[in-house]
Amino acid sequence: MADSTFLDSTELVLNMGPQHPSTHGVLRVILKLDGERVRGTECVIGYLHRGLEKIGENRTYAMYVPYVDRADYVAAVSNGLGYCLAVEKLLSVEAPPRAQAVRVILTELTRISSHLLWLGTHCLDIGATTPLFYTFREREFIMNILEKYCGARLTTHAFRIGGLQYETYEGFEDECRKFCDWLPPKLAEYDLLLAGNRILVARMREVGVLNEDDCKAYGVTGPMLRASGVKWDLRKAQPYSGYEQYDFEIPTGELGDTYDRYRVRMEEMHQSARIIRQAVDRLPEGPIMAKVPKVIKPPVGEAYVSVEAPKGELGYYVVSDGSTQPYRVRIRPPSFVNLQALDRMARGALIADLVAIIGTIDIVLGEVDR
Amino acid sequence: MRKFLRTVFLVDLLEGLGVTFRYQPTKNICTEQYPAERPKIAERYRGAPRLNNHPETGETLCIACNLCAVACPEALIVVGSERNEKTRRKELTTFTYDTSRCMFCGLCEDACPVDALELTQDFELASYTREGAIWDREMLEEGPKPNRYKY
Repeated sequence: MADSTFLDSTELVLNMGPQHPSTHGVLRVILKLDGERVRGTECVIGYLHRGLEKIGENRTYAMYVPYVDRADYVAAVSNGLGYCLAVEKLLSVEAPPRAQAVRVILTELTRISSHLLWLGTHCLDIGATTPLFYTFREREFIMNILEKYCGARLTTHAFRIGGLQYETYEGFEDECRKFCDWLPPKLAEYDLLLAGNRILVARMREVGVLNEDDCKAYGVTGPMLRASGVKWDLRKAQPYSGYEQYDFEIPTGELGDTYDRYRVRMEEMHQSARIIRQAVDRLPEGPIMAKVPKVIKPPVGEAYVSVEAPKGELGYYVVSDGSTQPYRVRIRPPSFVNLQALDRMARGALIADLVAIIGTIDIVLGEVDR
Repeated sequence: MRKFLRTVFLVDLLEGLGVTFRYQPTKNICTEQYPAERPKIAERYRGAPRLNNHPETGETLCIACNLCAVACPEALIVVGSERNEKTRRKELTTFTYDTSRCMFCGLCEDACPVDALELTQDFELASYTREGAIWDREMLEEGPKPNRYKY
């Protein structure tokens, strides 16, 4: 640590976490401090390691679906979609149009739910307590839709390999439409409460700046990448599950600071509501399950499928040796990769800003540690 | 000028406070008063497992085919059966279901060919002991009986 503020100052090493509430789980950050300034960080991860990838090698393909929900438990449906698409690619089957449309609706609903949770907790970290309760109220709406659809609220197990297990319930379309009408005024309200508040904006502006080149160097994806001005969204770049039929924008920021990321995620919720409305309006009729054998035994080979999860690019790499169990399942979690950029963003910042920076990455430790 | 006045008179903060105070009336409260107020559980909710009996004869619907035990990712179902020499059929003797390891994925009820095993809307599964979380056939057929306290 070359440049210290005072001649007599010495470097102080401080542990933040793993039981710190603003580390969003069990992340431990070793901070090298010079007074209030952060001179370096080191992340210690693995406190929530459950060996998810290894479990995959000991379960059949269908049995592993409920486990992937536990990687990013805030957006469980996106994980299920990624894994199911990867196995479907191995089997060379495609889900029927109706199943694809319902998948899009549910994943977009979880994207909104994940962003709402992020918004509430992130602003709580910075000091705004009230929005958490409001976002949880909106989130409850999505939870109820998921509960009515597939019988679970958080770790949903909504999708099966080849399509869906459950047909939509009566009133599913109406409830989705009602939610899409209900959400935008609420988001405007949050904006009034948060972006209108000068204290919060001052805490977010020019904090944790990550420019375009840094983002690409670290492999950062998702809203963080888009906030730095890169128009990259897998739903547009390599459409899956019929995303090419829907009309939506990719919101981008300019500077790549915490405030830009806030803006991008807020706008993404609007866009998700737009996608849901389109998907509900033209929900095709037909079967919900493709012809998949009862015992899934894909041919020898490998498949990598990545989907745009709420936090970034979520990839599933499945290797088959021709038996009923995967030879290897590798998960490329967005949070894990995005967390690498923490040190770059936190250097030179204050400890109080570090809390905002960890929040803005939107990490879920279940996914980081797997 | 307008921006200056907004800053001086703290308009932005008052607007935020306005949002907060708009939610003060009691009709806007959305907190559920559990357990005094029972939550509405969706029909498809996957909660406590139940082993169904035939509604008229009272005999178990389970044919002891062991498919649920095979489908379970955690291998927490143990089906005991013996062959009835008269009818040449398998008959269910014991059924153990370890709810402490269950993740309520619903694969067992999907696998059941006769709708005998079902995940129901009961969600109060707490137990004072670890052994209490391992349910035998009797418990599965009758369902959990949590204490209902009066408030």
